[in-house]
Amino acid sequence: MIKYLIKRLLLLLPTLLGAAILVFFLLRLVPGDVCEIRLAGTGLYADPAEIALCQKELGLDQHILKQFFDFIWGYATFDLGKSMWTGAPITHEIGLRFHLSLQVAIMATAVAIMIAIPFGIISAVKQNTWIDYFVRAFSIAGIAMPSFWLGILIILGLLIGTQAVFGEPWMPPIEFKPIWEDPVWNISQLIWPAVATGYRYSAVATRMTRSALLEVLREDYVRTARAKGLLEKVIINRHALKNALLPVVTVISIEFAFLMGGLVVTEQVFNLNGLGRLFVESVGAQDFNMTQQLVMLVVLIFVLTNFFVDILYAWLDPRIRYS
Amino acid sequence: MTTASETQVGTNVEDQPNKSSFLDILLIMLRKQPLASFGAAIVLAMIFMALFADVLTTIDPEENNLEFMLEAPGAAFWLGTDQFGRDLLTRIIYGARTALFVGFTCAVVGSTLGLVLGVASAYFGGMFDLIIQRVVDVIMAFPLIILALAVVATLGPGVENVIIAITIPFVPQCARVVRSNALAIREIPYVDAARALGFSHTRIIMRHMVPNVMAPFLIMLTSFLGQAILLEASLSYLGMGVQEPTAAWGLMLQGGAEEYAESAPWVAIWPGVAISLAVFGFNLFGDGVRDTLDPKLRSQ
Repeated sequence: MIKYLIKRLLLLLPTLLGAAILVFFLLRLVPGDVCEIRLAGTGLYADPAEIALCQKELGLDQHILKQFFDFIWGYATFDLGKSMWTGAPITHEIGLRFHLSLQVAIMATAVAIMIAIPFGIISAVKQNTWIDYFVRAFSIAGIAMPSFWLGILIILGLLIGTQAVFGEPWMPPIEFKPIWEDPVWNISQLIWPAVATGYRYSAVATRMTRSALLEVLREDYVRTARAKGLLEKVIINRHALKNALLPVVTVISIEFAFLMGGLVVTEQVFNLNGLGRLFVESVGAQDFNMTQQLVMLVVLIFVLTNFFVDILYAWLDPRIRYS
Repeated sequence: MTTASETQVGTNVEDQPNKSSFLDILLIMLRKQPLASFGAAIVLAMIFMALFADVLTTIDPEENNLEFMLEAPGAAFWLGTDQFGRDLLTRIIYGARTALFVGFTCAVVGSTLGLVLGVASAYFGGMFDLIIQRVVDVIMAFPLIILALAVVATLGPGVENVIIAITIPFVPQCARVVRSNALAIREIPYVDAARALGFSHTRIIMRHMVPNVMAPFLIMLTSFLGQAILLEASLSYLGMGVQEPTAAWGLMLQGGAEEYAESAPWVAIWPGVAISLAVFGFNLFGDGVRDTLDPKLRSQ
């Protein structure tokens, strides 16, 4: 088992290296860099000498392979470089925002689980009734509805709702406070983006729960349980659910990695200063250093999540053994 | 997804496994799957809207009309106007053009490239397969929108670049699925026979293998349609996609939707309805195509 884990972990390295190569060269395919934008972005004439000086400062004048090796070497020395836009160390910029995005991601996952599992179960148990149709329509709508639009609708609803009830409109706070400093403030700010992203992510998991449970309910051992007169509640909770939830766990964990993608848009809607927002800003400013490090962070989260899902799977299902 | 009995659909597919044309598949689907037909109806309505945008409305979607800024929905402007006085309904109708153009181009190009790459990867095997699969692994480690944004970061915004940005992540997804199907086909004797007859690699791939992986190819293609429309809307909303003054649904939501939330909520509502409806329709349609072609996947 330990051997297998180490082997799996080592196999992640080629993927990460591949992603690093792809991102690094992709971002440098096309001419034009941050210096030109910074100095000539306002449409004014930029002195070529000044641009050259700026490029020298950022190391852009060096050979591209040298830049690439510096980029990779940075991981060995835990130096991710500096933002080309603000000049601050990238670890600092990411550190500032990591907490917010992680918290929204966790809350969104919790929302997704809280919607998906009960809805999926009830939909499978009441298959082909109006409850089932409602749940399925609800989850299909979740996939079709862009999360940024859901976010806009939530803001709209909050404004109109509070206006009607309290007489004056209320908006979630803009400034971020960690949960241990001001829990009420923190939750009242982050619950909305968590709902907007969580609902979307619950859709796939709801469908998965439903179909997995339906499949398990057709198994022989469920028929045996029914034949010996067990309560339907016991059959579902004790016998069927444990097996049905395996694929659901996988779906939810893998989607956790993709939450980062969802956050890019949701943070924009709710004006949250998180990693997604930082990513969009770095793309807009052609801050390649920042963009590539953020992409690598997402890829790292993604491959690690996949790795943990595999382990989790073996742990949950005794039939699966890695060696 | 539907209540049609499994055996029926199963025999239908077995009777005519690969011979059926896209039209036949459509006909089977319409008969067996009311939900998918509903999706197909939405898709057709969207295509109609996109094709006949200039007939359906005579207003210019891009011309500012400052006399009628943020007019509420009414007789003159059915869905109201935006902050530049442009009729929302007109922009939504023309927005279908942008959305469908991007959606179809990305889905068709992405899945076709994936088809060729996937079949070639399975056919040649060995080193070629290994390299292609590692590249696929790497690309699939990126969430769709992150990779798309990274491409936009390089190329800059604009319709053509958005299409490239959305197509790139689709290629490996389709290639992977097609490859696993093509691997099975490579083992069937007629491929050996074709090779023994001295046919060229290109001919074997294009004439003998590609037609037999049409089912997964079409499943991927239709599932990409909704995804591409949603991605385009997201990118445009972020300001990294289609640029003003072109009418695009995501862009319409960006244009001050939050600022005007209270005074002119229609600006923030209708474009979102259009996106959701389009994606909903394409997804139902895609589910239907998948269920018809691959009964094993039905319940998911």
